[in-house]
Amino acid sequence: MTKAQTSSLRLRDVLSILFIISIGVAFSIYVVQYPQDRIVERFISYSKIINAILQHLYIVAISSALALLTSVPLGIILTRPRFKKYSTKVLTVVNIGQTIPSLAIVALFVGFLGIGSKTAILALWIYSLLPILNNTLVGILSVEPSVIEAARGMGMPTKRILYKIELPLALPIIIAGIRTAVTINIGTAILAAFVGGGGLGDLIISGNNVSRWQILMLGATLPALMAILADIVFGVVERRTII
Amino acid sequence: MLEFAISRWQTILKMTIDHFTIVVIAMIISIIAGVAVGVLITYKKSWANVILNVANILMTIPSLALFSILIPIMGIGRAPAIAGLVLYTQLPIVRNVYTGIVNIDPSIIEAANGMGLSKAKIMYKIKLPLAFPVIMAGIRTAAVMGIGIGAIAAYIGAGGLGEYIFQGINRGNDRMILIGAIMVSVITIIIDRGLGMVQRRFEI
Repeated sequence: MTKAQTSSLRLRDVLSILFIISIGVAFSIYVVQYPQDRIVERFISYSKIINAILQHLYIVAISSALALLTSVPLGIILTRPRFKKYSTKVLTVVNIGQTIPSLAIVALFVGFLGIGSKTAILALWIYSLLPILNNTLVGILSVEPSVIEAARGMGMPTKRILYKIELPLALPIIIAGIRTAVTINIGTAILAAFVGGGGLGDLIISGNNVSRWQILMLGATLPALMAILADIVFGVVERRTII
Repeated sequence: MLEFAISRWQTILKMTIDHFTIVVIAMIISIIAGVAVGVLITYKKSWANVILNVANILMTIPSLALFSILIPIMGIGRAPAIAGLVLYTQLPIVRNVYTGIVNIDPSIIEAANGMGLSKAKIMYKIKLPLAFPVIMAGIRTAAVMGIGIGAIAAYIGAGGLGEYIFQGINRGNDRMILIGAIMVSVITIIIDRGLGMVQRRFEI
């Protein structure tokens, strides 16, 4: 890719990021400034919106970070020669795990841990582990064997092959997994509200309960915009890591 | 757990059938719309990018958010649930129809052109059959997603197994949650396997 192309791409990304943020801000200001009636006026304030966003981000950030810290090492271990024979089996299990609906996972954890944001974080952690683990395995396994052989022929120790060859080559795929995981997490974190975890889902539930479309729409559009934003940002990172 | 399931089997069966019906209706609409859009954008390449981007954004939107956005517009019940499912399952179908058709060896189409086949005939007789495995894979992905999201659609009054799970959460009844989750997974696996069989059957 030439320099001009990358810079124009970046401009487009920056513009769309700004556009998305401004839609979110504009809609929040609109709802706070022009509430449809007294109920909305009393219910919604800037601090409440910001609080909900922060809570949402907190759940997403912690669960995604935990997922990243566990699944990448796990993926690396599973692709080492000693455990390699298990990696295809693990992939099958992971693929089946991904078909379990998010609602079911979140709900199941309520049974073990009761309600609260801890439950939500744990459920999201387990759920977002799967795409990252999947992509780490696929990414490392799809590194061409001849490349590794060449490195070995040059006298590289196995550890260095992992850090200098396998991981950098697998990185775009791993980042793609993280991108999927974070995007899904932002959406699934809405469900956290059902198990008392707070976040933007609270606005959806309250909005639905008092049937005020402004609260409902605020609770729905903000996470949607957040998900699109995360998708764009990680898309940029993904493109930059491609060698 | 088993006793609970046996004593409630009628409700569970009804909710499973409800769930299945919603997803099947949504999938039929989604397949018709998705294949039509996918075929159309292979003729107009400039639109393809726009449509695929829009579908991509639609899929990034969290399902519960999409359903909630539909409430003020369509109210609650089955209709908005099906509409949400159709919107949500468009991307895999449209994308696979498009890539499936675009990636066909151009020499095959040239040969058909040389034989004097009309544009429509090339589409029916050559392009669609050759792209079928890819299209079917897209439909499978969409169906698996649709069943999972169908559980969330219960929040806007679509009924189905999601309702069982939500009731379980509200009542603090783990068994209901577990049965709901297991049944959703069972339907998912059955539909995935079934569509896989159809795919292999009709593959050229």
